[in-house]
Amino acid sequence: MNTSTNIFIPRDTASISMGGDEVAIKIEEIAQKEKKEVTIIRNGSWGMSWLEPLIEIEIEGHRVAYGPISETDVIDLFEADFLKGGSHPLKLGNTNDIAYLKNQQRWTFRRCGLIDPASIEDYIKNRGFSGLEIALQKGSSHVLKELEKSGLRGRGGAGFPTAIKWQTVTNAEGDQKYIACNADEGDSGTFSDRILMESDPLALIEGMTIAGLTVGANKGYIYLRSEYPIAHEILASAIKTAKEHNWLGKDIQASGFDFEIDIHIGGGSYVCGEETAMLESLEGKAGMIRFKPPLPALEGLFGKPTVVNNVVTLASVPDIIDQGGSAYSAYGVNRSKGTLAFQLSGNVKQGGLVEIAFGITLRELIEKWGGGTASGKPVYAVQVGGPLGAYFPNSLLDTPLDYEAFAAKDGMVGHGGVVVFDDTADMAIQARFAMEFCSIESCGKCTPCRIGSIRGVEVIDRIINNENREKNMDLLNDLCETMIDGSLCAMGGMTPFPVKSALQYFPEDFKPEIK
Amino acid sequence: MNITRQIDLGTEAGRCKETVSIEIDGKPMNVQADISVMRAAREIGVDVPKLCATDSLKSFGSCRLCVVEIEGKKGFPASCTTIVEDGMKIRTQTEKVAKLRRNVMELYISDHPLDCLTCSANGDCELQDMAGAVGLRDVRYGLEGKNHLDAVIDESNPYFSFDASKCIVCSRCVRACDEIQGTLALTIEGRGFDSKVSASINESFFDSECVSCGACVQACPTATLMEKSIIDHGQPEHSVDTTCAYCGVGCSFRAEMKGDQVVRMTPSKEGKANNGHSCVKGRFAWGYSTHKERVLDPLIRENIGDPWRKASWDEAITFAAKRFNEIQNKYGRKSVGGITSSRCTAEEVYAVQKLVRTAFNNNNVDTCARVCHSPTGYGLSQTLGTSAGTQPFESVMDADVIIVIGANPTDGHPVFASQMKKRLRQGAKLIVLDPRKIDLVKSPHIKAEYHLPLLPGTNVPLINALAHTIVKENLLDEEYIKERCDLESFAAWKQCVIKPENDPDNVAGIAGVDAQMIRDAARLYANAKRGAIYYGLGVTEHSQGSTMVMGMANLAMSTGNIGFSGAGVNPLRGQNNVQGSCDMGSFPHELPGYQSVKDEAIRSVFEENWNVKIDPEPGYRIPNMFDAAIAGKFMGMYIQGEDIAQSDPNTQHVEAALGNMECIVVQDLFLNETAKFAHVFLPGTSFLEKDGTFINAERRINRVRPVMKPRQGMAEWKITQNLANALGYPMNFNSESEIMDEIALLTPTFRNVSHDFLDRFGSVQWPCNEKAPTGTPIMHIDNFVRGKGLFIETDYVATEERTTRKFPLILTTGRTLTQYNVGAQTRRTENIVWYREDLLEIHPHDAETRGIKDGSRISLASRKGDITLTAKITKKVQPGVVYTTFHDPETGANVVTTEYSDWATDCPEYKVTAVQVAPATHRSKWQNEFHIRSKKEGKILETVKH
Repeated sequence: MNTSTNIFIPRDTASISMGGDEVAIKIEEIAQKEKKEVTIIRNGSWGMSWLEPLIEIEIEGHRVAYGPISETDVIDLFEADFLKGGSHPLKLGNTNDIAYLKNQQRWTFRRCGLIDPASIEDYIKNRGFSGLEIALQKGSSHVLKELEKSGLRGRGGAGFPTAIKWQTVTNAEGDQKYIACNADEGDSGTFSDRILMESDPLALIEGMTIAGLTVGANKGYIYLRSEYPIAHEILASAIKTAKEHNWLGKDIQASGFDFEIDIHIGGGSYVCGEETAMLESLEGKAGMIRFKPPLPALEGLFGKPTVVNNVVTLASVPDIIDQGGSAYSAYGVNRSKGTLAFQLSGNVKQGGLVEIAFGITLRELIEKWGGGTASGKPVYAVQVGGPLGAYFPNSLLDTPLDYEAFAAKDGMVGHGGVVVFDDTADMAIQARFAMEFCSIESCGKCTPCRIGSIRGVEVIDRIINNENREKNMDLLNDLCETMIDGSLCAMGGMTPFPVKSALQYFPEDFKPEIK
Repeated sequence: MNITRQIDLGTEAGRCKETVSIEIDGKPMNVQADISVMRAAREIGVDVPKLCATDSLKSFGSCRLCVVEIEGKKGFPASCTTIVEDGMKIRTQTEKVAKLRRNVMELYISDHPLDCLTCSANGDCELQDMAGAVGLRDVRYGLEGKNHLDAVIDESNPYFSFDASKCIVCSRCVRACDEIQGTLALTIEGRGFDSKVSASINESFFDSECVSCGACVQACPTATLMEKSIIDHGQPEHSVDTTCAYCGVGCSFRAEMKGDQVVRMTPSKEGKANNGHSCVKGRFAWGYSTHKERVLDPLIRENIGDPWRKASWDEAITFAAKRFNEIQNKYGRKSVGGITSSRCTAEEVYAVQKLVRTAFNNNNVDTCARVCHSPTGYGLSQTLGTSAGTQPFESVMDADVIIVIGANPTDGHPVFASQMKKRLRQGAKLIVLDPRKIDLVKSPHIKAEYHLPLLPGTNVPLINALAHTIVKENLLDEEYIKERCDLESFAAWKQCVIKPENDPDNVAGIAGVDAQMIRDAARLYANAKRGAIYYGLGVTEHSQGSTMVMGMANLAMSTGNIGFSGAGVNPLRGQNNVQGSCDMGSFPHELPGYQSVKDEAIRSVFEENWNVKIDPEPGYRIPNMFDAAIAGKFMGMYIQGEDIAQSDPNTQHVEAALGNMECIVVQDLFLNETAKFAHVFLPGTSFLEKDGTFINAERRINRVRPVMKPRQGMAEWKITQNLANALGYPMNFNSESEIMDEIALLTPTFRNVSHDFLDRFGSVQWPCNEKAPTGTPIMHIDNFVRGKGLFIETDYVATEERTTRKFPLILTTGRTLTQYNVGAQTRRTENIVWYREDLLEIHPHDAETRGIKDGSRISLASRKGDITLTAKITKKVQPGVVYTTFHDPETGANVVTTEYSDWATDCPEYKVTAVQVAPATHRSKWQNEFHIRSKKEGKILETVKH
């Protein structure tokens, strides 16, 4: 009988950056010294980032969590007999019972933290590849039907219905089609793609394979941002393993269907997260925006019909096929069906990933999961949806998390990043930052974005310095309008949203003499 | 006449036939279904503002000035990137759109120097125009913000400057370099506000991969990329449409003028050969026409070596006529002759051959085509029935497989090369047969499927091996052959090529090409839906030149590749009017239109019109003229614009012949090498002074129009006419157009051509007659011109020029992008900065075994002579093969070449000379003599000036 104790220590970037590797080494070292038999499993992250490294001990089928653990805590833990679940100030109890996790509706991320991302057995044991098996059996039209029922929309930010996109590519004529996975997760305060890829890489591979099968593509690319080396390592090994087990490559599971996936490391530019710039970059060119139409679905990578989807979108598909589209659409509200993995960060007590059904309010999310601000001061502003998202003041925190509800308030749910600010934030500086960010990251193709963002910074500076305030305020509003109406893509077209929201909701911050 | 800008409809023309109905600003219209809203609007004269769009490039959508409102579409779509849809209702002028455009323009101007009044583009600046169009009145951002006004001007290119401070980053230059020229030398470096145009990797234009085609300058909407001639002289005030006088592509240009001074040459979009594109020669290298060395007075002298004496036209012409008369009296009627020029107009050439046939009353007329494409004329006329290429240039856009044989289009025919490269980037496959690794073999986004680096002189065995594979593997187009070709000749050809000696395994040993690659290349071509062959002097300038031309025709017929777009056998002709000079009867055996001089019926037509008896016997070809001159039988020569002393092979032999003659009349722009042996120099006109036609490689008759009066006071045809009259034959043309009328009357393939017709129609490809009133782009569509296509057996007879231990290397010659043939023009332009002297390309192995370093002086010796030049070590050439150009008279490349020549046409074998290469420290003997003679000739010139 195996007397060895399983210890789970996440191998995701958050855990490692907080000392996860060192903790693992220390545990192994002390266990050896104390002749305790332990098996360290480097699982993925549960997404409770503020608790990383979060380690778990498997005791009689349950997993008992401790965290956040530093290298120096390890001796203490042994002394507390943590291998038997001994009590310790950092003990969190049974993982499943942690409210942060328990209150979520995990769908896409249900295996994250649970399994060893390197283990295809773990994956399969947890209903991995069931979706693909069904897809292989029932074919393209079945997938499209279930997808349509699910109401799944692109989780990269734009929220375009996935079924329609896939249907378009399916119908498109082409001797070659591609699946291009956008893993250039560049929005500030977002990390759900990374957690998924590091914690459950096979889910993405399965999702892409289903996409390939559905639309008739035999080649997929993952455009992975260069800042994700650990995700790269884990994905690359998962692709290799999947091929070894014939879940990828030639004649998948004797179905006659071939599908290959290559990883392409991004060029390090924010705008490469925009789908057409990403396609340019994938083709080896500078990441510059293409005009649309033609849609990538018809003329995408190398001019061929291409599905461009974000990581979470693709990884959501296998379970939709496995459990049926209606099971997914049972979650959510209105036209925002299913779940979204929100990512809490900024001035928040409990930062991390929260996968929940659409519909709860922003305030609930921040208070119930985030636990309020880290500083304890009142929430002053919240930016949802990355650097191009609007800044919501306290008065808008009751807006339900729903694509349309946010849009109605000139905000966006986007990729689900939620960055919290307390009242020490200066929103004029934040508005300036929005323009500055755009000026740094603009691809430079269209004029409103290329020159407008630079002028935006200058005009805001003049406003902050109280030079010709009224005229410059008018000019800034005019510039915002020019960028919104005139820009080629969302980069320039949405940069004004944080600026305008700052102007609208925090006008006093633009009047330093009053403040 | 005021200058008008070329019309720009903003985006590319549509291709589809269907139309949709749309409404623009309330006006309903039907338009092609695949064009942009911008183009649709501009077609009805609604000019939507634009900066990044231009109709020679794909839509880009970056400037955001062309935004419009479209009913049912949210926001403000860019009209350049929005394709029309049925029922679309577009509004191009609304309050919102106006504000947006003005605000975008305000952003542009916030980073632009406000120096319009002193800017070189003042009056021809799209940014300026658009600022006016959108009504910009104020830059509220001020001009103190971050900007690019301190950017340093790149003046490195001799013809244009790059001033980044004026750049609006529209990418038109970058896109032009990519899409039109295909060199991809330019890019946008950096991103956001730091985006800037960069040549190669941030190099100066001169040091970059830029080939100075001018496409970027043409595309630039501001003064960022600007011709230095405009910076120096200002904007032109009128323009004249004419045709370039360099290679056989025949690009149409607008000569943009200030009075009678050319300030810029810009390629015409209407030009059917070039569609608005150009190369460094045509676009920029026209300054020779006003070069100080140009001679503008007739000169005469008693003996060569004497000082030249200025003379009046009358005196010079009388002097020449008297001499020719004396020679004919003394040595007989056939002791004089003429050479026509492929650089002159068809009309001028016609006049010279007419002079020879009437005033000289013999057939001693030949042309420089003798030394380049005479085997083309012979080979294609024997097999297909016409002495010319089969296709228009645009046909290449339909080709699936392209074979390039013995041609270097990116250097020799750059504008056509760009079109071919465009097709190759679209996916057509390329096979290159060339001893050298020419640029086409591998360049950005292009890679030849197969490069067969054959040894010079082995074209015929290689084409036979390709044919062998096609026959053996039954890749023939039997149905085509049965229907269209002479079956008896086909059977005989099959017997010929199937012989074991033509097996790729055997030919591999002869040509030095992998047998498998030969087979693969043959399969690729034979299996192509549309296979096209393009070739150059690497085919013709061999002792088997005509055999090879016929070999290619055989190959094309056997695979059914003649008679439709995308196929054909196409000579890339070297000179602007080499096709025309051949068409005009510049052959000792043929009257205009390739009509045999031996044919009495044909002769009688000309005799009746010319009112003279025509000699039924063919006259001397150029090499025969030289031999006869040395033998004392051919003593007088009228040479129109050809420098035979530099361009013809075995210079010392040519010089001996010229030195022996009693009257040489040279008609040229400059006192060239041949003029050193002349008694009379008649100054000619540059193309900018000519009125007439040039006929290009696709048989296209292009109008040449004068932009200024003849600088030396007389049109060249008139010089010829006056000489004819002085010789006693009354020639009475009143104008160039009258000459063309006579050509049309006497030449069945030109029957419909007149200057008036060309002015109205643009340009036509002959045959242009009753059967084809607007010309014939593609030849042999249903039938071959000769009836049934004739296969001709192509047994290989190797040249007698062999390598030995003493002469172990093979020299082959060619030309380079920036210089042109003997360099008389290009050496007198800034083009010399790219290529100052002829270089000898040698493979590193051959250089190493001889102790030769890159850039060191070397001696190049053949059995005929030796010269000293500079070595360039490169793997472009294969071991055992060396290569040089013949642009510089001081180098004297043709001192080395031999008189071996094509068995059928006497076209010299420039491409194969056995040589040895060794380090050298001083000039060769010939070069020394040349130097002394040139110095002496220089002194004589000075006495003329005083």
